[in-house]
Amino acid sequence: MAFKGQIVIDTERCKGCAVCLAACPVQCIALSKNVNGKGYNYTETVNDKCIGCASCAMVCPDGVISVYKIKC
Amino acid sequence: MNQDIEARKQELLNQGYTEVYTKTKVLTDAVMHYCPGCGHGTTHRLVAEVIDEMGIQDNVVGVSPVGCSVLAYNYFDIDFQEAAHGRAPALATAVKRLNPDTFVFTYQGDGDLAAIGTAETIHACNRGENITMIFVNNGIYGMTGGQMAPTTLIGMKSATTPYGRRVDINGYPLRITELISTLPGTYYVTRQSVQTPAAVRKAKAAIRKAFENQKLKKGLSFVEILSNCNSGWKMTPVQANKWMEDNMMPNYPVGDIKVDGKLVENVDVARLAVDHPLSVMQ
Repeated sequence: MAFKGQIVIDTERCKGCAVCLAACPVQCIALSKNVNGKGYNYTETVNDKCIGCASCAMVCPDGVISVYKIKC
Repeated sequence: MNQDIEARKQELLNQGYTEVYTKTKVLTDAVMHYCPGCGHGTTHRLVAEVIDEMGIQDNVVGVSPVGCSVLAYNYFDIDFQEAAHGRAPALATAVKRLNPDTFVFTYQGDGDLAAIGTAETIHACNRGENITMIFVNNGIYGMTGGQMAPTTLIGMKSATTPYGRRVDINGYPLRITELISTLPGTYYVTRQSVQTPAAVRKAKAAIRKAFENQKLKKGLSFVEILSNCNSGWKMTPVQANKWMEDNMMPNYPVGDIKVDGKLVENVDVARLAVDHPLSVMQ
């Protein structure tokens, strides 16, 4: 039984610290080339490997990541 | 923008997804002023989650210090008091004695708790006030520009020790957590960190225990959180977390020091400072 995950990132509050990139076990997050209103390169999902483990949300200092998962 | 995010979350729930994690409502939507990657944000989140899980949002008073976390009251949706520099434990004592059934916690940094507020810290601990103290240790005075703090490591560069801290001039790093664990008034003393998902979960469990202990009225609970200060250390957040693991943790070993009023076995609270070569900082 595997899980498929989805993360929702509040890009305006993200500061692009990249701590979530280091915590993600499946490397499905990356920094965007675009910047948000404060001038930070926010994070975004780059593939659909997410397993909904919430490691990124656990280490996010600003709590901008919400994690959802579904059985597949 | 915010409505788009709420709509996206609702859309996922409608598709059959279950929510694993989302920011607690005890934290406000204000953007934190902390530097990107700072451990303060994570620690704020953990405290807020514990308050949310215990259902004590309307019965808790926080006391914020002077330092980076001076504006903590903007980020928590709970009652807050602002203390003079270092005097948070004294103010928390007053709040707790006047409202014995209210949960009271202080949230302090190392310059506030271990330098200016050493007297208040030690006496509040020694009196065994039924409060929770959250101590964020990043080994530096972050807000004022990275000057040396009592907790700065031997050889660690800071704005006032540009060639590294020297024992003959600046003395040894102060391990205040070990120091106060020897006082009979403390009931629970622990040191945690927030650099990896596993460490964050452990830190949250420790904060939860520290808040639960207030119901027992047996003494003070003290949680030290090791944090990076990537701006002060002049590193990226990920490098700073690695540097903290490599250099701060030998001096400040993570784990419980005192549980249920008894010192944990095999923890040497009186050991000497570790003088080992630090990784290159700048």
